[in-house]
Amino acid sequence: MNAISAVSENTAFNVARWRADFPLLAEQVYDKPLVFLDSAASAQKPQSVIDAVSYCYEHEYANIHRGVYWLSQKSTEAYEQARVKVQGFINAASEREIVFTKGTTEAINLVASSYGGSELQAGDEIILSHLEHHANIVPWQLLRQRIGIEIKVAPIDEQGNFLLEEFEKLLSPRTRLVAITHGSNALGTIPPVDDIIRLSHARGALVLLDGAQAVVHGPVDVQALDVDFYAFSGHKLYGPSGIGVLYGKADLLKAMPPYQGGGDMIKSVTFEKTEFADIPGRFEAGTPHIAGAYGLSAAIDYVSAIGMSNIARHEQELLSYATARLQEINSLRLIGTADNKAGIVSFELDGVHAHDIGTILDREGIAVRVGHHCAQPLMERFNITGTVRASFGLYNNKADIDALVAALGAVREIFD
Amino acid sequence: MSALRELYQEVILDHGKTPRNFGKPEHVTSESNGHNPLCGDTVTIYLEVKEGIVEDVGFEGRGCAISIASASMMTEVLRGKSVKEIGAMFKRFHHLVTDDDADTEGGFAGDFGGEDFEKLTVLSGVKEFPMRVKCATLAWHTMQAALKGDDQEVSTE
Repeated sequence: MNAISAVSENTAFNVARWRADFPLLAEQVYDKPLVFLDSAASAQKPQSVIDAVSYCYEHEYANIHRGVYWLSQKSTEAYEQARVKVQGFINAASEREIVFTKGTTEAINLVASSYGGSELQAGDEIILSHLEHHANIVPWQLLRQRIGIEIKVAPIDEQGNFLLEEFEKLLSPRTRLVAITHGSNALGTIPPVDDIIRLSHARGALVLLDGAQAVVHGPVDVQALDVDFYAFSGHKLYGPSGIGVLYGKADLLKAMPPYQGGGDMIKSVTFEKTEFADIPGRFEAGTPHIAGAYGLSAAIDYVSAIGMSNIARHEQELLSYATARLQEINSLRLIGTADNKAGIVSFELDGVHAHDIGTILDREGIAVRVGHHCAQPLMERFNITGTVRASFGLYNNKADIDALVAALGAVREIFD
Repeated sequence: MSALRELYQEVILDHGKTPRNFGKPEHVTSESNGHNPLCGDTVTIYLEVKEGIVEDVGFEGRGCAISIASASMMTEVLRGKSVKEIGAMFKRFHHLVTDDDADTEGGFAGDFGGEDFEKLTVLSGVKEFPMRVKCATLAWHTMQAALKGDDQEVSTE
């Protein structure tokens, strides 16, 4: 696996090297160099991740936790080492607090179904925010249908800032759980999660953070946050799709019933009674994404070698640059200009629908996301059907943003 | 002409900016709503049908240049057509925006719609953009549902 050498002071130099680690970024589309500005949807993969997944299949692949043979032992060890790697990456107290899932969506569904289904009762309240991705809305609506909980929604202002005081007013003695994004996928807003967790805990409510975006853009320490549940995906973290993580405090996980039943989550099964495995195995029914664990482990090695703080600094520079360049365009309106943001810019152009912009940018080789970003309530909040979203990864540079701005000029040429 | 210019021709941009027959006509006998959940585009088609002939047509909605232009241009060719003719035009239109041999003489598409249909061929550039075909066909699917008196919302997905 290619280790990353020490990070230089020269950002442009670093980014050029990081970029070279991602083979897909050398591709051409419509005979133009690819400008990839959609990492918030899914990030590209460094060679080390691709190699790790291949290594698993070429040298060590077998089902885990089952065989007594050499291969199964190797893949089991690697799978469990990946768990330890994740533990270190988010500073969990124990690797038993790391549950592998398909991704953020499954992690949130797991909490809603298992914790929500067993601990919450009709009339109990949970609080979401207006920033949420559908993945942190719909599982709670399913729970509401099942047991009759109340869902309250914490508002945001015109800039997309999370309104902490308004949130505080929603906390009541019946609030049992607060499920909030740690970084908005559509606007980039980073809510004041320290305050949210402190206020929620003071009222006896647990907190789940949807970390799908945040875990990619800066260091996360679940113990320092004192967060109860934290969910994220491998594929936005430069790892494979199909594997993600639910962190949960051990005493909470221990009290939760299984989410799905099957193999690998049991101690013993008879037709009369099944004894469930301890955590985290209890929540990992069936054969998991084994090669995905190899890839996720390599992805964590990769970003850790660069340093999450270095990635965060680089992306903040890109965000400032992109914000300034886009604001030079008269007919462009940024949607989401919160004080604290991750590397995401959402915008609309006067008189041009986001889909038309997306198609024209695509022909210039530029990949952006257009539409509602799986956050329709948020779009409604701004009375729009969608935006154009450019999101930055560690491999993006100012030239990518210049290309975006130039291509928006081409859009104007066609539509004016 | 580049594929983009072919797609975004003046006529299409014009219909996209100033759609014709936008709004609800006075005498509506059937209407239907269409929705593309991928992009959030919506369209409502209003029809006045008498004895199997479309007497009047209008639409409302919001969407991209392609979907609005397609809806607008569709409303311009429906008046005076029979339900049967319109069904055949829809097939021909679908062929136009999805299949390369739309112009094949005597092919599957046939000659339904005559000169009126020729006006729609400006939308044939869409076939180079498979992700956008649903933008162009949403209004047509929704209009078909209105003709059939189907109250289920039409969805592209």
